[in-house]
Amino acid sequence: MRLDIKLPIGLFFSIIGFILILSGILDKQKIVSQLGYNFNLWWGIIILVFGIIMLLFYFIKKS
Amino acid sequence: MALSIFDYSIIGFYFVFVLGIGYYLKNSIKTSEDFFLSGRSIPAWITGLAFIAANLGALEVMGMVANSTKYGILTAHFYWLGAIPAMAFVGVFMMPFYYGSKARSVPEYLKLRFDEKTRGFNAISFAVLTLLMSGINMYAMGIIFKLLLGWSFHFSVLVSAAIVLLYVFYGGLTSSIYNEVIQFLLIVFGLFPLSYLGLRKVGGWDKLVERLPDNFVHLWSTLGSAAKNPMGIEWFGMIFGLGFVLSFGYWCTDFLVIQRGLASKDLNAARRTPLIGAFPKMIFPLFVVLPGMIAVLVIPEFKSVIPTLLKTGHVPTTINYNMALPLMMKHFMPTGLLGLGLTALLASFMSGMAGNVTAFNTVWTFDIYQSYIKPDMPDKHYIWMGKMATVFGVLVSIGLTYIVMYFNNLMDYMQLLFSFFNAPLFATFLLGMFWKKTTSDGAFWGLVSGTGAAAIHYFFIFKTGVIHYGSEMSANFYGAIIAWLVCFFTTIIISYFTKPKEDSEMVGLVYSLTTSENKKNIPLYLKPSFLAGIVLFATLIVNIIFW
Repeated sequence: MRLDIKLPIGLFFSIIGFILILSGILDKQKIVSQLGYNFNLWWGIIILVFGIIMLLFYFIKKS
Repeated sequence: MALSIFDYSIIGFYFVFVLGIGYYLKNSIKTSEDFFLSGRSIPAWITGLAFIAANLGALEVMGMVANSTKYGILTAHFYWLGAIPAMAFVGVFMMPFYYGSKARSVPEYLKLRFDEKTRGFNAISFAVLTLLMSGINMYAMGIIFKLLLGWSFHFSVLVSAAIVLLYVFYGGLTSSIYNEVIQFLLIVFGLFPLSYLGLRKVGGWDKLVERLPDNFVHLWSTLGSAAKNPMGIEWFGMIFGLGFVLSFGYWCTDFLVIQRGLASKDLNAARRTPLIGAFPKMIFPLFVVLPGMIAVLVIPEFKSVIPTLLKTGHVPTTINYNMALPLMMKHFMPTGLLGLGLTALLASFMSGMAGNVTAFNTVWTFDIYQSYIKPDMPDKHYIWMGKMATVFGVLVSIGLTYIVMYFNNLMDYMQLLFSFFNAPLFATFLLGMFWKKTTSDGAFWGLVSGTGAAAIHYFFIFKTGVIHYGSEMSANFYGAIIAWLVCFFTTIIISYFTKPKEDSEMVGLVYSLTTSENKKNIPLYLKPSFLAGIVLFATLIVNIIFW
């Protein structure tokens, strides 16, 4: 395989998850007042976990 | 609406990744099969996700949300009656001929099974259709970004098109498929919050059902007569038109999706490609149909839909339903999340466009250029031509974007095009693959008359008001049925009067002349028929649940 796709998927979604968490922390009041709770934070954590799992699979397969 | 730094950085990282993948794969292109078919080397789970992502253009996503705002849960029939059974069928029964014959494209299969003129007709109509789809896609993207962000229509179309051009140009089909997997995941992560937050706002599924009329929330119970449901269609038109002709016509013959199967590493992987795609496809109504249904309750622009439906039995036709998804995003997504949602839309736009462009450049290069214009050139020449076709395809789609502006509902328009081209084609394939007496002349004239019948039905019977249908959608379903029937019977009749090919010429191309080899030693969970059984059973269950 020329490129294991789990690497770009893992990297990309880890970064996206991180950005969402960051927005959940820094823009907390705005988000809570619009939605009633901090959805960005939780959704960001879920995406970040998904990204990390993909990276784990990638490194397990590689080693 | 203004975007924050979070939104921009998500969009920015997305661009970096798709371009990066294309650039990284640049050196893996050695032969024309590498460029056009990924060297037939990709595992099934990747091609399976790409199989549905290539179809998930912005117009599929936006159009399906729009349809759900207009017709309610009936839109889910596109998935649970249409797509899934067709995907199971192509995986179990048709992929062996596509992959096994070593044809490099759907038109090339037609050339092997029938003759040059059948291939030519299909190649040219497919090339035109594909570029039109690409144009629809771009239009969808342009209006979203104009509405949500006030970006210039031309700017967003040109930037997105340029990025697709670059990654397909450098990495060919592999680059397109890899990006489609990322795009697919992004669409899931980007759209799910809309369903979740929307459902929370209206108070859950039970409350939603309570606040909407019966014919907006039931799949089958209002299909007894056309007057009883917003789509204006009864069960026969739904099952035969959408469930059989249009869906099988699309999923079983459209090279855009079949090409993903052809990129698989072996026959079993090719057969599993549509079946693996069918599982996520089954849950997609959650991401598109649900937000569309919530929109009629939440978004002020659609407040008149339900009262009008209750009073007249029809939904209002003056509203622009295409805006349903962008308006929902604007309503529900806060900063950060909006960036994710917009990136999901960008992703759907790009995967749809790249799918069309890779299918176009392959059909153009193998089936038109190599066959009629410059045969017998060195392999390198065709890679070069594929790259030029990529540039040309992107430029023409930009031009076609503006044709689309005249239609009120993108999805109706798409079904119209399919009824012209794909519907008769499915009759040709069914006969060609399973009845060895089908002749080349029968296939060709069947196709021509089927497409002609669809056009006559649309322009001289439907548009002039000779027959009245409950909706534009219903007219398209019946147009497809007519095209299919005309092609089917014309092909049979002409085949009886012309001479079929010798059996020896059709080995590997026709069901009765092909021995299935790889039955041995495949574990149960990798068997196409086993996977098809599971997914069909699950589909039956959801149809009963939402009856």
